[in-house]
Amino acid sequence: MTRPDKAAVLGYNGRCPPMSHEASRKMPAKAEVYLDYSASTPVDPRVLEAMMPYFSRIYGNPSSSHRLGRQAEQAVEAARASAAEVLNCRPSEIVFTSGGSESDNLAIRGAGWQARHQGRPSRLITSPVEHSAVLNTVRQMGQLMNFETSIVPVDQHGWVDIAAFRAACSQGGALASIIYASNEIGTVQDLPALAAIAGEHGLLFHTDAVQAGGQLCLDVKRLGVDMLSLSAHKFYGPKGVGLLYVRDGIRLMSSQSGGGHESGRRAGTPNTAFIVGLAKALELAHKEHERRTARLRALRNRLIQGLLTRVPDAKLSGHPQRRLPSHASFILPGIDANRLLMHLDMNGIAASSGSACKTGNPQPSEVLLALGCAPDEAKCGLRLSVGVHTSEADIDYAIDVLAKAVSRLGQLDGERMR
Amino acid sequence: MSRAKTRVVAAMSGGLDSSVAAALLVEAGYDVVGMMMRLWSDPAMGGAAHNQCCTPRQMADARRVADTLGIPFYALDTQEVFRRRVVQYFIDQHRQGLTPNPCLECNRHIRFDWLLNNALALDADYLATGHYARIDRDSAGRCRLRAGRDASKDQSYALSVLDQRQLRRALFPVGEYAKSEVRRLAIKFGLNLESRKESQDLCFLGKGDYRHFLNAHAPDVMTPGPIMRQNGEILGEHGGLSNYTIGQRRGLGISCREPLYVLALDHVRNALIVGAAAALGRDTLLAERVHWISGRAPERAFRAQVKIRYRSRPQPALVEPRPGRQFQVTFDAPQRGIAPGQAAVIYQDDLCLGGGSIVRSEEPLAAPQ
Repeated sequence: MTRPDKAAVLGYNGRCPPMSHEASRKMPAKAEVYLDYSASTPVDPRVLEAMMPYFSRIYGNPSSSHRLGRQAEQAVEAARASAAEVLNCRPSEIVFTSGGSESDNLAIRGAGWQARHQGRPSRLITSPVEHSAVLNTVRQMGQLMNFETSIVPVDQHGWVDIAAFRAACSQGGALASIIYASNEIGTVQDLPALAAIAGEHGLLFHTDAVQAGGQLCLDVKRLGVDMLSLSAHKFYGPKGVGLLYVRDGIRLMSSQSGGGHESGRRAGTPNTAFIVGLAKALELAHKEHERRTARLRALRNRLIQGLLTRVPDAKLSGHPQRRLPSHASFILPGIDANRLLMHLDMNGIAASSGSACKTGNPQPSEVLLALGCAPDEAKCGLRLSVGVHTSEADIDYAIDVLAKAVSRLGQLDGERMR
Repeated sequence: MSRAKTRVVAAMSGGLDSSVAAALLVEAGYDVVGMMMRLWSDPAMGGAAHNQCCTPRQMADARRVADTLGIPFYALDTQEVFRRRVVQYFIDQHRQGLTPNPCLECNRHIRFDWLLNNALALDADYLATGHYARIDRDSAGRCRLRAGRDASKDQSYALSVLDQRQLRRALFPVGEYAKSEVRRLAIKFGLNLESRKESQDLCFLGKGDYRHFLNAHAPDVMTPGPIMRQNGEILGEHGGLSNYTIGQRRGLGISCREPLYVLALDHVRNALIVGAAAALGRDTLLAERVHWISGRAPERAFRAQVKIRYRSRPQPALVEPRPGRQFQVTFDAPQRGIAPGQAAVIYQDDLCLGGGSIVRSEEPLAAPQ
């Protein structure tokens, strides 16, 4: 073997000069433009401040009878009352949980098993555009636990087919669960109409309102729902806490047994600090609702118009009008969503996709398939969601980067296919 | 261009070599981006990855390494192009009775074309892999491919298909090191890689060997036919030519006084030709689809060493360029196991000049005029 030529590529001869490990760490991003508020939001400093006393100062167990326990209990009950005000319900109708998925599971499993326990019809009805916390729970109960299930179809905008929903409900059952606003395509359902139909046929009506939290009306009386799930981290609260509204008089089989916490519906020591955080975040979202949503809507419209102009092949997915104020979603035909997200990330833009996959094996988005997209197109979804810290400049920068990335990827794959 | 502004995409597999390669680049101060290709999810396995080199677990390993190094990491869905350019090639070659080496196709079409182009589209200047090979430049500035410093780990054979455009953009950071040094570097960089077996040559085959794979994906390849001597005497039946490689002795399922070896796969007659060890040696081979790394075909015959399989030693020979992108190799000593479909790769010491696909091996051919 001869020695290697010292004129190695770039002067790089494999024996790298020593350099401290820390010094070599580099931030990948040039800018930081976060357009993934539908995935999660930063905790509002006012929320964080409200939570702080309950970690190390008022740390008692809310179930304890001593002073520290009572103080914690007061905080939890004040949070319950505050949340109930926003939802226009009684405090006793609020069950605190660990988040949206747990709330959905409690509603669906609780209603399904309770109905079966009482020998009532136990059919579960849902739609194909649900969050997986709902859809996979219903599927599991159908496939493994012998529950009858109905998945009612949606139109090309993701709207639940009212006639099909009515037909499913007329067969009777325990519960219908329809998402308030789709996490993937932003479509907002007509909850009062759906809830009324379910009620006419004696079914409970639950909605996953996780995306709607902080953006849409959460008045359970106006919506007419029996149960509603929320998750704090979608409206500038902390992760790991949510709630389930359960109308008085509804009996649910507890899905987590233990102590009699949360009126026996959800065993486990209440997470005081996080419950306080949830209530504070919900209160702020409610108070600032008009201002926030008007701003979000304007930013979102700028984003949709800009992108559809700069990327003519792009198609808006979901409902053109009835959609979440923060939510823009697209189908970019022929563009591998995962690689597009990579390009965005390398340019400091955080976005997401209905078929995002960290293991490089993306499956077509079930939601887009349900809308009638071809499997190839259903891998080409892109979701951009704006929030309180988004600026117009962020939107313009993102549109610019997106247009360039789409053109590059299109060229790349076009060349490859020849 | 400063290193900090030089972006290098590091192809990562979660294994030792590519992880250390990425770490060396980070240490040298490059702007490193980790990428891992999801090449294959065996449809016969219900879509779950049961192959050897891009399981979710290895993805997680690679991601952890990238986190340790503080670099971005992306998993790319490469399944469609891999199926088309590598798996289909593998099946087609077997259909023709050849013994393919899909790793070369993968380097040519997947790593240093599809992935390289994706890296370039991300404004990268280079694509780095964990191969044991080296690149330097000749006096005219052309890239030269050299064997890895650790001869026992050298992977230049599988890279012999690369051209100047590809080599100009390639970096092989571990090529300067011995495997044992790479292991020490992993510890130094705090990579905490779980020791596991080496990357497999045929990564998409899964738990079984290639015969199982062909049975599942191209059962037509596995058509039974006669086992015969060169003189046509039939000795038994084989279960499909793809079960056999030239030089193979075991597993023929026939008893004979003398040990029998596979001499040839006769695709036309679907016959397995067997014979004594003495008949196995071949002086010459002819290769086609020749690729010269320098981009220029030599005009005259020259002395070189030729490697006929990934895991064989280069053997001294005379290499004679032929028209139509072919060359003939005349070995100093007869070689066993020259298998059509495999690559014949030409070296001069540690310099890899290029190679071609073996068409046939024969008794000495007439020398060209």
